Amino acid sequence: MSVKKFVVGIFTDEQVLFPAVKRVRSAGYKIHDVYTPMPIHGLDDALGLRQTSLHTAGFIYGITGTTTALSCIGWIFNSDWPQNFGGKSHFDLPAWIPITFELTVLFSAVGMVLTFCYLCQIAPFVRKHHFNLRATDDQFTMVIECTEKSNEAEIAAFLGSVGAVGINTQIAETGWWLGRYDTELPPLGQKELV
Amino acid sequence: MSSTKEYFVVPGRYKQWTYGLIGVGVLSLIIGFILYGGENHGTRFWAALLQNSVYFLLVVNAAMFFFTATTLAMGGWPLVFRRVTEAISASVIPLGIITFVILMCLVFGGHDAIYIWINKDVVAHDEILNGKKGFLNPTFFTVYTVLTIGLWIVLGWKMRQLSRSIDDTPLSVEESKKYIFTGTVWAAIYIVWFALTVASVVPWLWLMSINAHWFSTMYSWYTFASSFVAGMALISLFVVYFKNQGYLEFVNKEHLHDLGKFQFAFSIFWTYLWFDQFMLIWYANISEETIYFKSRFEGAYQGLFYLNLIINFLAPLLIFMSRGSKRNYATVTFMSVLLLFGHWLDFYQMVFAGPFPDHVPMNLFDFGIAAGFVGLIMWQTGRVFSKFPILAKNHPFLKESIIHHT
Repeated sequence: MSVKKFVVGIFTDEQVLFPAVKRVRSAGYKIHDVYTPMPIHGLDDALGLRQTSLHTAGFIYGITGTTTALSCIGWIFNSDWPQNFGGKSHFDLPAWIPITFELTVLFSAVGMVLTFCYLCQIAPFVRKHHFNLRATDDQFTMVIECTEKSNEAEIAAFLGSVGAVGINTQIAETGWWLGRYDTELPPLGQKELV
Repeated sequence: MSSTKEYFVVPGRYKQWTYGLIGVGVLSLIIGFILYGGENHGTRFWAALLQNSVYFLLVVNAAMFFFTATTLAMGGWPLVFRRVTEAISASVIPLGIITFVILMCLVFGGHDAIYIWINKDVVAHDEILNGKKGFLNPTFFTVYTVLTIGLWIVLGWKMRQLSRSIDDTPLSVEESKKYIFTGTVWAAIYIVWFALTVASVVPWLWLMSINAHWFSTMYSWYTFASSFVAGMALISLFVVYFKNQGYLEFVNKEHLHDLGKFQFAFSIFWTYLWFDQFMLIWYANISEETIYFKSRFEGAYQGLFYLNLIINFLAPLLIFMSRGSKRNYATVTFMSVLLLFGHWLDFYQMVFAGPFPDHVPMNLFDFGIAAGFVGLIMWQTGRVFSKFPILAKNHPFLKESIIHHT
């Protein structure tokens, strides 16, 4: 967790946002993130993000579920409490399949939700800084991270030249914290309009 | 778009293959008739024809189902290869007529080793078949088969006609809305008829009545899932082939990915129905019901039974699960061929374990007949595909398909 300085550019059109992302990247600025009201196809490619490994995690949770179900039922019906169901053998795989299937789905679904929350760092009572509240409504927000060498005015001017309609600088906490937005630290950052 | 190739030209090698495969099919038909046509009312011969004709008819018809389902769902993404599905679905016309002739030969030619219910003496002394008489009789069978194949041909023709009707006339916004609405109306009519045929009555009549005493409520959906997976595999194969020949330049990995997803998803769906049908019967363990699985699960067809499950469930599950394999032309081609063969095997055990419960009579004859049908599909698809522009360029959803991103 650290406090950093960001230049925030606000866009109102995804047709402007796409070329802007490409030009900002090729100009060598470091894009912290782009916040959009809805999923935009192809934006992850334009941002150069790597493929998520969430599905690999899902597969691992899934086979964990399969293994859990099979070993659990196997143990119960063969050694812990063997019973006679209509003269069938104790090791009757077809009858186990529905439960195995359910546990596979359950494990992978719950596991993937939790992993997703962890990767995005979202949970009840966990707070993160909002660069632009209208990013959940109708505006696209591109956040550029400043380093010690960055020239804010130059970044802001560049953002203006690629079509941002609103530009501001924010000093913000990059990580998450517990508590409330209005009163508590970490600082919400001084917003200065450029 | 002026630089794109507007029409498909059937390559010489494609034609050679087509005629070669049809030749093999005709040769197999003649040899099969000489070898098997005489003995035991030609049951071996006619069962092979029944299995292959019904399987390949349902597979090409699945292309029209895919077309209408995406039309009805306002799906824009398959538009760049829509003409391929249209061309495949045109094969319903020759295959439908062939299947109809074969079914009529079976019902009116006295082949009661395959369809026991056509034998009036047996039905009269059989309480179960007597109870099913109102449904399982040659008249109903014929009428429903004529309606089925006839309406598939007519409604499919109408859908293709609608698609081609705007090739030369760019549409205004109002006209586009009207065009889309007309499309959904006809697609809905087709889907309703599809539900009344493939998803219910037709598999009962054509396939399930081979085991006339036995019934399963899963059977039609199981048949549908089988033919739909194979249908998607066939579409993928043709798309990859045409792409390879330098056509369909707007088709890219995104479209291939979705085609792969369809094969993967419906393979799982097929397994779900396969398992439901099996598990309920296995669990209840009532002899009237388990008779169907006697020769399949424990008898001569045991090998096929497990091979079926490996090819149609385990292979797609393990190979098609990852994103990369669905976006790879080689794996999609490989899996398409495998699944087409796998579901052909599935239909094989559905048909043959009825009249031949004690041994699997599979030999080159079956593959020869299958080759004939494959050749016929290739011939008709190539012919129809070359006749019309490759791109439905005036369709309102075309842009959505070109920029498709999964």
